[in-house]
Amino acid sequence: MATAAAIECLAKQFTDIDFAPSPLLEMKDKSKEQLCVRIPAARLLEVMRFLRNDPRCAFEQLADLTCIDYLNFPNARDRFGVIYSLLSLSLEHRLWLKCFVNDPSPEVPSVTGIWKGADWLEREVWDMFGVRFAGHPDLRRILTWEGFKAHPLRKDYPLRGQGEREDFETVTRESA
Amino acid sequence: MGLTLPVTAAYQASKDEYLATKLGHLVDLLREHTVNWSRKNSLWPMPFATACCGIELMATGASRYDIGRFGAEAMRFTPRQCDLLICAGRVAIKSMPVLQRIYMQMAEPKWVISMGACASTGGVFDTYAVVQGVDQFLPVDVYVPGCPPRPETLLEGVMAIQRIVEKDGVKGSAERGRGMGLVVQSPIQVSVNQPSAS
Repeated sequence: MATAAAIECLAKQFTDIDFAPSPLLEMKDKSKEQLCVRIPAARLLEVMRFLRNDPRCAFEQLADLTCIDYLNFPNARDRFGVIYSLLSLSLEHRLWLKCFVNDPSPEVPSVTGIWKGADWLEREVWDMFGVRFAGHPDLRRILTWEGFKAHPLRKDYPLRGQGEREDFETVTRESA
Repeated sequence: MGLTLPVTAAYQASKDEYLATKLGHLVDLLREHTVNWSRKNSLWPMPFATACCGIELMATGASRYDIGRFGAEAMRFTPRQCDLLICAGRVAIKSMPVLQRIYMQMAEPKWVISMGACASTGGVFDTYAVVQGVDQFLPVDVYVPGCPPRPETLLEGVMAIQRIVEKDGVKGSAERGRGMGLVVQSPIQVSVNQPSAS
């Protein structure tokens, strides 16, 4: 239960934040549960820096960074949840963090200053969900092409697009 | 009493001119036929393989199916040495400019095969990011059906290109219009067991 110990010392350090730890999936063996905590966007950077640097947490690796659009999700209060998956290789434990942001301009601070590998992950979340990362060194689209306007993994984006795939230059025998 | 026309110098000249033109036509015909014959039997494919169709394309190039039997074994990965673009697999909108650039870099005369359901129609990938048929943005000569097409089907597509080369002469792409609209049927006939008449 190393993750539980890490959450405990996190709660001691930041007494004013309600982390609301909960398992991702309820399991019979409590020691196998993976725990998830909530962080407000305003305090994200200092919490992350603590998790990275404190010897009892020592999350050296950002395993994943992704996002969920909670539009039309039952009992959801916020629109976007930015998900961080942290891994400590030295202490062998994992921690999941969720940071909720909302329209009209969803924005969280960038963690590229803490984990260098967050660079492309944050670009992908910006590309697919339109969540901006304040302080990111190079926040460009990474999967879709230049000039693409929408954020296709948002729930209100139609599967077949908004005419992007038809609006394209045609090469004919005459022009080539 | 027969009427004989006087053979004037002007008549003789026009007759010579007529024969010379006829001879010229014959030479042209022979040359065209020879050029087309050699051209159709030495197609140089440019593989643009983006998905599982590319695996079938490789199988077609390998020993069992041996595209070399049709003189098209010299696949080159630079468009400047090729005259047959084989678009095998789905094309994302982000890679469509790449495909168009490759097509434009190929030397005249040139032909295009759209291989498989995805390249021809988008296939099951009916999403915002996938081109719904490369013929929307490129002139396509032959569509090869299948998901993915078997090597035999692709070989039939290459043979269809050969028929086009033979028929169309040495005209460049610019003179041939946009696509031929020719669809190749699968050579494999699915036989249904029917009760015998007796």
